[in-house]
Amino acid sequence: MWALRGCRCLRAAWSWGGSRLARGATGGRQIDQNPEWQLEEQKPLPQKKVTMELLDHLERLALVDFRNWEGVERLEKAIQFADQLHEVNTEGIEPMDSVLENRCLYLRGDNITEGNCTKELLQNASQTAEEYFEAPPGNIPLPKLEERESFLQDSN
Amino acid sequence: MLRAALREVSTALKEGQVSPTELCQRCLSLIKATKCLNAYITVTEDTALRQAEESEKRYRRGQSLGDLDGIPVAVKDNFSTTGIETTCASNMLKGYIPPYNATVVQKLLDQGAVLIGKTNLDEFAMGSGSTDGIFGPVRNPWSYSKQYREKCGQNSHLENEDSSWLITGGSSGGSAAAVSSFTCFAALGSDTGGSTRNPAAHCGVVGLKPTYGLVSRHGLIPLVNSMDVPGILTRCVDDAATVLGVLAGHDPKDSTTVQDPFNPFKLPSVIDVGKLCIGIPKEYHIPGLSSETLKVWSKAADLFENAGARVIEVSLPHTCYSIVCYHVLCAAEVASNMARFDGLEYGHRSNMDKSTESMYAATRREGFNDVVRGRILSGNYFLLKQNYEKYFIKAQKVRRLIANDFVNVFSSGVDVLLTPTTLRDAVPYVEFIKEDNRTRSAQDDIFTQAANMSGLPAASIPTALSEKGLPIGLQFVGRAFQELQLLTVAKWFEKQAKFPILQLQEMLDHADALSHQKISLSS
Repeated sequence: MWALRGCRCLRAAWSWGGSRLARGATGGRQIDQNPEWQLEEQKPLPQKKVTMELLDHLERLALVDFRNWEGVERLEKAIQFADQLHEVNTEGIEPMDSVLENRCLYLRGDNITEGNCTKELLQNASQTAEEYFEAPPGNIPLPKLEERESFLQDSN
Repeated sequence: MLRAALREVSTALKEGQVSPTELCQRCLSLIKATKCLNAYITVTEDTALRQAEESEKRYRRGQSLGDLDGIPVAVKDNFSTTGIETTCASNMLKGYIPPYNATVVQKLLDQGAVLIGKTNLDEFAMGSGSTDGIFGPVRNPWSYSKQYREKCGQNSHLENEDSSWLITGGSSGGSAAAVSSFTCFAALGSDTGGSTRNPAAHCGVVGLKPTYGLVSRHGLIPLVNSMDVPGILTRCVDDAATVLGVLAGHDPKDSTTVQDPFNPFKLPSVIDVGKLCIGIPKEYHIPGLSSETLKVWSKAADLFENAGARVIEVSLPHTCYSIVCYHVLCAAEVASNMARFDGLEYGHRSNMDKSTESMYAATRREGFNDVVRGRILSGNYFLLKQNYEKYFIKAQKVRRLIANDFVNVFSSGVDVLLTPTTLRDAVPYVEFIKEDNRTRSAQDDIFTQAANMSGLPAASIPTALSEKGLPIGLQFVGRAFQELQLLTVAKWFEKQAKFPILQLQEMLDHADALSHQKISLSS
């Protein structure tokens, strides 16, 4: 097992200044010339432990590999970035799936309007047999980490 | 002629001053002359000429289909087009030829538009620079403009300047470059976090993101289903309204399009902004905003006020969380949407055949680039059972807070919001690539992204040139489904701003010279 190397990430800590609207020479209202926010250097966040098992698990779920340490670092940074969400108070707020949640989704009648396009659909597949898509044998789980072609095995 | 607005060209076509075939030929030669911009992945020369001929026949019979008949348009390469390769700038879909047209593409073709080519983008529309596709980055036409070169004191030896060219912004950079360099009159982009408005601002063109649910997404290879919208890029606001008129409306093939009837509109020519209330969100003034953009933004606010509009400061308190929220929701939806690429039915397939799982894994390893893989893996992390509530659901709750911010502002009497589109003008490619894709997206999407969260319509309008002679755009955000009001305000502003035309003559002359050189060398 290994722990992530600590990485400091610069995060804008939003601190409020008073809101001032300066009147320009022409008497027009200008946008406040001073930013509302200050960029503060954040203390390093507590190290997130991303275990080898988790990385292996993710590779299996996604069926996509990390390729190298850069890939793992990318994930670490993504998680640390996302952790900022926890500062927001969402007490009593419902999650929002869609901006159109107050409308009914359109459902069309269950009538056949198109089809019979087997040839077109099969054209794009690289391996077909008669009217089937050909696939290698299924129900075989991805090989264990030691046997897979994954850079993670080097870190074991 | 190539610089004219859609309406003017349409009139010229009707009156026979120019023929659709001539127009098409001119655009095709210009594409060849501006090849170094790398705006196009596929140039559909034969199809375009054929469509132009059909259009010519219709004009001769006096039966033109409308304002778009015979007009060359370009389409971003993540829209499906029958018989034309659609790659999303990815190895995964290289060689993929869709058997159907995206609804928006079909609507354009039904109106007689001439599809001139598929434009370059970031791989699967993930990125804010149009630099991460397999066909290479797109160059901003303004890199070669007289305006930029004069300001930067560069001589006209274009070969020496090869390393200082600028990015277009992204991810619809190819479409923006195509419209900006006059090779087409309108282009389709997609907008998930600002992908149409960002390159529009950097390339000095109009970029419109319609309300979510107004334009069909059928055939648009999806990135984030709850935020994607097809975007429209044109050289003036009137043109954007014309194209929107063709594309908007309910589509039975996309159940997320609203069923409200849509009436295409023509923008008024005399506009009075006196009764309007313009909101300036104070949270959009962030430390990274360039002083030039800030100046341009302030001047625009003054412009409205001097014309009699009420310009007030408003607050969107959750703005600072929109990027984080987008980061989580985007990764989660991407993880789900990219699961369809397994090599079986279409796209790249690996030679590995020990088992379906290992074939899928190998195919996806070979097909996706780092950016896509990174988002898929982060998305899967956020969707793990132990993280679902903490990250995904949490982000959805924050999304509601962000959307409510807008609802509150608009219900307090504000008609349109005025904000910058980008932090600064376009940067050179060599500078842009110093940071990774995610950092760049987090920086560049900051102003545009909240409109996608809330589904509201937004448009970036080219406003002024920076000190370097590069475009700066400002963004207008309107109420849901109020594109008429949004574009009317935008049109008024466009008239006041009088943004200069891109002067590309030097580049075209140079391209001519190069081709003559080649001819004389070979003879």
